[in-house]
Amino acid sequence: METTSATAKIINPQEKQIVYKTSDLDLWYGDNQALKKINLDIMENEVTAIIGPSGCGKSTYIKTLNRMIELVPGVRTSGEILYRGKNILDKSYQVEELRTKVGMVFQKPNPFPKSIYENVAYGPKIHGIRDKKILDQIVEKSLRGAAIWDEVKDRLNQNAYGLSGGQQQRLCIARCLAIEPDVILMDEPTSALDPISTLKVEELVQELKKEFSIIIVTHNMQQAARISKKTAFFLNGEVVEFSETNKIFSTPEDKRTEDYITGRFG
Amino acid sequence: MNLINHESVVKRMKSRLSKNSFSKWTFFALTMFVLLILGVLLYRIFSQGLGYLDLQFLQSLPSRKPENAGVYAALIGTIWLMAVVAPVSLLLGVGTAIYLEEYAKDNMITNFIKVNISNLAGVPSIVFGLLGLTIFVRAFALGTSVLAAGLTMSLLVLPVIIVASQEAIRAVPNQLREASFGIGATKWQTIVRIVLPAAIPGILTGGILALSRAIGETAPLVVLGMPLFLAFLPKTFLDSMTVLPLQIYNWTGRPQVEFHALAAAGIIVLLVMLIIMNSIAVLIRNKFQKRY
Repeated sequence: METTSATAKIINPQEKQIVYKTSDLDLWYGDNQALKKINLDIMENEVTAIIGPSGCGKSTYIKTLNRMIELVPGVRTSGEILYRGKNILDKSYQVEELRTKVGMVFQKPNPFPKSIYENVAYGPKIHGIRDKKILDQIVEKSLRGAAIWDEVKDRLNQNAYGLSGGQQQRLCIARCLAIEPDVILMDEPTSALDPISTLKVEELVQELKKEFSIIIVTHNMQQAARISKKTAFFLNGEVVEFSETNKIFSTPEDKRTEDYITGRFG
Repeated sequence: MNLINHESVVKRMKSRLSKNSFSKWTFFALTMFVLLILGVLLYRIFSQGLGYLDLQFLQSLPSRKPENAGVYAALIGTIWLMAVVAPVSLLLGVGTAIYLEEYAKDNMITNFIKVNISNLAGVPSIVFGLLGLTIFVRAFALGTSVLAAGLTMSLLVLPVIIVASQEAIRAVPNQLREASFGIGATKWQTIVRIVLPAAIPGILTGGILALSRAIGETAPLVVLGMPLFLAFLPKTFLDSMTVLPLQIYNWTGRPQVEFHALAAAGIIVLLVMLIIMNSIAVLIRNKFQKRY
């Protein structure tokens, strides 16, 4: 299943398409190399987890997938990341367009200091949708999709900061859904939440994977085992192992993977 | 074996506690002293000027006879001045702050600019008067008009607004910008929809404080050559005008004692204006902070 050129698409229609194909990706923060020759194929409509100890490069990697890493000064990359066949690292690729198809949920919930309605409507509005009726529909659909509609439908005009941490994170997911993306990137989305909210978000992820491709970075190995189909183990900026989740957690091929999973380090 | 002798610790406790309360009372006394000086100042002004403060005073034009003199022209002139200083200094100041905080790269040139702007805030105001005289009054041939005075005072308060706006913009948490970029917003959209609304309390506070300074400064306007005595109101931005500080300055220079009392009354008017403006600044800031 190899692409023959940077713009050709995957040819076998019976199989799931590759949504992200990373080829020989290197990344430097100044002189420090944070990612070394990353090669990874991520499939659509699945949950792919990225695990690894602190500082292994997993957050860095997920931020290259929507080019948020560019916000860090002094970042250099080489290699290719093909999103549905197009190289997103190419200078001519419009990053704003990429981010309408690839949404991101951050570790600490970061709703805007606006009303709940305005938070969700932000995405569609900046992309030019003005019609209030359409915006109302998008807001309701997204809040339902994030399993938070019933909790907030009577207070859409209240400030988002009045919500609890778990609710704010689901609001951020709703905000993501409002632009109808293709892929949702999640950078440790439940590490700042209590166990009940964590469970709610995990259930949400299982629902969302039917429609979206989800890539989730997590510190919590049990979470990766619970919700993902494939898992990639990162260590020191390299992909040590990448395979089906139940295989990695039962019979890992690499000894370093086994050591991490059994808790010998990390 | 204990290394600390607990008996001597207990002995020393008394002197430590008395030093503690001594310093507390000293700072209290210093604060009271400052308030006392302020109180004496206000008392002097109010006792001298309150008697002359009436509706006729506020509505009359200045005159050579103290009974007829009023502060109307100066009051209107001050308002005209604010009408020029507010938009010019806010647009230039906030624009500069946005450029420095959001667009400029973090290199030596940018730091050089930032340091120089901060230094400008400390330049004596009379220097701005000389600048205004050379550029606006003479080179642009604006004469001693509202526009010349307004532009000069705008330059004077610009550094204050730039620094206050920079602080306000910098205080907006980066995670909000990240969230905005993550949805696909451009830099400009992020600034207009997220950063500026969040920074408005700080910007407005800085703006109103800067405006307060602008209407209280006298020296630059004297250098510009603004009239100290003007018995008519400006009708366009190119007309001449006088302002409250200049009118007060004019009256204090007169030999008649009544004029000194009038000056005190004028000072009260100026103080009331400043208190109102500062209260508006506080109100706006409180209203916006509740949203958070």
